[in-house]
Amino acid sequence: MKTKKYLKVYGKFLHTSLASELEYKTNILIDLFTAILSLIGSIFLLSIFFQNNGRIGGWEFEQALIIQGIYTILNGITNTWFNPNLTEIVKHIREGTLDFVLLKPIDSQFFISLKKLTPSGFLEIILGVFLLLYCIKINQINFNLSFLILSLTTIICSICILYSLWFFISSTTIWFVKTWNATEVLRSFLYIGRFPLNSFSFSLRIFFSIFIPIVFITTIPSEVFLGLSQLWKILLEVIVAMVFLFTSRKFWLFALRFYSSASS
Amino acid sequence: MFTLLKVQYSNMLEYRVEIALWAISGIIPFFMLNIWTHNNLNESINISDIMLSRYFLCAFFVRQFSVVWVVFSFEEDSLMGKVSPYLIQPLNPFFRYFAQHLAEQITRFPFALLIAFFFFIFNQESIWIPSLGTLLLSTISTFLSFLIQFLIQSIIACLCFWTEKASSIERLLFIPTLFLSGLLAPVVSFPEYVKSWIYFTPFPYLIDFPANLLSGNAINISGGFSMQILWVLLLFPLFRKIWSAGTKKYTAMGS
Repeated sequence: MKTKKYLKVYGKFLHTSLASELEYKTNILIDLFTAILSLIGSIFLLSIFFQNNGRIGGWEFEQALIIQGIYTILNGITNTWFNPNLTEIVKHIREGTLDFVLLKPIDSQFFISLKKLTPSGFLEIILGVFLLLYCIKINQINFNLSFLILSLTTIICSICILYSLWFFISSTTIWFVKTWNATEVLRSFLYIGRFPLNSFSFSLRIFFSIFIPIVFITTIPSEVFLGLSQLWKILLEVIVAMVFLFTSRKFWLFALRFYSSASS
Repeated sequence: MFTLLKVQYSNMLEYRVEIALWAISGIIPFFMLNIWTHNNLNESINISDIMLSRYFLCAFFVRQFSVVWVVFSFEEDSLMGKVSPYLIQPLNPFFRYFAQHLAEQITRFPFALLIAFFFFIFNQESIWIPSLGTLLLSTISTFLSFLIQFLIQSIIACLCFWTEKASSIERLLFIPTLFLSGLLAPVVSFPEYVKSWIYFTPFPYLIDFPANLLSGNAINISGGFSMQILWVLLLFPLFRKIWSAGTKKYTAMGS
């Protein structure tokens, strides 16, 4: 019953945001160009790294492309859902409209994380999927059911982790009001997810495994793609994703207790 | 102009945390440096570790002081209808944005220094003090780089008069700026087929040229400066033209 209601509400969200975004049709075309150019740019950068070396951090160029593909998909998801919604939280809090959200007979986290949608991010997701398919071909990965399940699970887990990270940072706005640049900091850290983590020095690797878990976001799913990952890593990824989701929920409820509405 | 700068500076001081966060978000060059040195990629392009780390530090600095966001401010102002009162004033509104950017850079300076300080703690062997002449020259070239980007973005911002969302054009243009300007990899390392044409575009003069100048890497100083000035001279009349065309086209809210 409850899921049905939420699904129905989400359908409405989809409808309204698509309708408003399709008003700007040339924009979507430009965004398509941007997505393609940015993929070309990052492959170009990768090829510079590989032009005189066969391997970087133990990854070959063809394998590193997988990371690029997964990164592109995740970036597309970020641009479609996380970025437009979670920057909205900041606006809600600054302008005091969060009150209206809280008053609605619907879960506030659901509302603020899914209200909006930017369709141009879809293009990036599609590009990423094509790149991955291409990688499957050039790396001669045999495609079977267990591979499909494992890689889908890890990618879903990394989406969960990514979402929680974004959500954490955006909820801190309740205390600091003007932190919309904090998401920019997160973005620049996530940028590292384009490269194999092993190509960094040890201290940075530790940093990106613990504080900002890039390992779990792109590296482990790519390893799964190559069939290199051990089972414990996949299990760890699932656990980490659950912990992240759970804490993001708790954190939001905790943060809400500190929210004093516009006029109080 | 000076008063504007003062007003904007005190305005910017209000948002110190925000600016500090912006400064942190610019640290990508350091991650790139880490990839380069950790995999000994620099051996193939004949730059020593130390020079490369100086290069990326300088790239960080140049980027910090040439960030431009006038499109986003102008788009918001024009969507909100705030442009109309600015247009009545006898001062081109872009002066206002210009002062805003300069004031922001002044506020940003201490944070950038702090980050450089931490960088030197981790990379003690790369400490160097550029001579006064280099410092002056690279400040000028960073400013020119800022000016080029400011003009390009202002031209895009003027497109707001025709389409409502000019910022997506800016995002499109940002991609080549990101990959070709030398922020992520020095232009020297680019393959030949890119190097053959890249020096005719404005991109390498945005970060690569000032950063090489500041870090003391070998570079054609007079050639770089003349190209920067050439681009400024090319873009400025274009901006003037599109600005006057745009203001004629502009119909204020409600008309």
